[in-house]
Amino acid sequence: MKGLSRKDIARVAAEDIPEGYCVNLGIGLPTMIADYIPAGREVLLQSEQGLLGLGPAPEPGQEDDDVVGAGKSHLTLLKGASVFSHSDSFLMIRGGHINIACLGAFQVAENGDLANWSTGSSTETPGVGGAMDLAAGAASVWVLMEHCQRDGAPRLLDRCTYPLTGHKCVTRIYTNLALIDVTPQGFVVQRIAQDIDFATLQTLTGAKLQLSPSCTDYRPQLISNADALSIQP
Amino acid sequence: MINKRVESLAQALQGIKDGDVLLIGGFGTSGRPAELLAGVFDLGVKDLTLVANNATTGTDVMADLMRANRVKKIVCSFPRALSGKTIFDELYRTGKIELELVPQGTLAERIRAGAAGIGGFFTRTAAGTELARGKETRLIDGQEYVFEKPLVGDVALIQAKRGDRWGNLVYHRGARVNNPVMAGAAKLVIAQVNEFVDLGELDPEHIVTPGVFVDRVIEMKK
Repeated sequence: MKGLSRKDIARVAAEDIPEGYCVNLGIGLPTMIADYIPAGREVLLQSEQGLLGLGPAPEPGQEDDDVVGAGKSHLTLLKGASVFSHSDSFLMIRGGHINIACLGAFQVAENGDLANWSTGSSTETPGVGGAMDLAAGAASVWVLMEHCQRDGAPRLLDRCTYPLTGHKCVTRIYTNLALIDVTPQGFVVQRIAQDIDFATLQTLTGAKLQLSPSCTDYRPQLISNADALSIQP
Repeated sequence: MINKRVESLAQALQGIKDGDVLLIGGFGTSGRPAELLAGVFDLGVKDLTLVANNATTGTDVMADLMRANRVKKIVCSFPRALSGKTIFDELYRTGKIELELVPQGTLAERIRAGAAGIGGFFTRTAAGTELARGKETRLIDGQEYVFEKPLVGDVALIQAKRGDRWGNLVYHRGARVNNPVMAGAAKLVIAQVNEFVDLGELDPEHIVTPGVFVDRVIEMKK
């Protein structure tokens, strides 16, 4: 049981972003979403240093060191892109002008609490970046992460044990094994990977899961813009 | 005649001293004034407080300054390197450097407040988290906000694409980042530009940083 590759997790999330949405992509797995926005769909990708209208990674030789994502990997500017200062960028973020922030995480709790900046260790360097601003300001937060820690410990919990980035902010989680919505009733599995069953998924999760009656296969598939989201921010 | 252009790093950096708070523009290495920083290293100044979005990549002048034990404190949003460990991690782990971790947007806004003469602001960012510990909070329309103070430096080191002798600046893409925010938030603002242009060459509609915020401009050709 392995579930989706990192690329496929990014691909599924990219397919779920509705046309016209303004989306910030965090470091790591979320940054890969920029490469998989379905052709013909206009999505405004934002990066917090002050770029709006980002496109996929450039062709070799076309890199601009000043057009990068949060994780400093090269991206491109699409026609219609704009550049602005850090102040305006976080005005955009804090002011609720970002529809979705796609972030990585250490842990997510069933009430939507997010922990992704510190493990609480005083000797390990923390790193918050723009995560707390995004957690507080984005209309919704999608988390993309492996279902479990490297040692097998669950990342989806009834309560986060690491210091919080934001309270009750995560609305949806894409792991290698499933797509899970955070609802007032807790975690609801909306899609599940083909090589795992619900009972096994539950054993890998630190909180009670509910299975959506409309649960479907969790894999990349081009979808139409109309049926993209079950939760509107 | 107003002429903020200087010809040498020595002239550009004159007045920087031990104990100064340095605001350093950039997002990682994009928009970072690398030559000005190298000049600061050569000055030999110590007990510095560095305010920057990132601490160090591990192989930059920031790392050299830390390795030489000339940095007492870092104020930044992301001190971790994207891969591997750096001199910052080692100094932090052994308690030899002070870290003030500030959410990225709060850092930008604290600097903006410093430049704008604003005495602080309330933000929802970090409410209810460890980074709000000890800070004043207020319920505004039922939501918890955290009070954040302005941040100013002794010196700001910034990087721009073009500048003129009045100190007007334009930037390139994401290298703009916090550079225009830091201009004005320090007693002494020093800009390195890729290209020095004649007065009037920059379209007034396109100038991002009006010259009044800048004290010195030095050309560092790319």
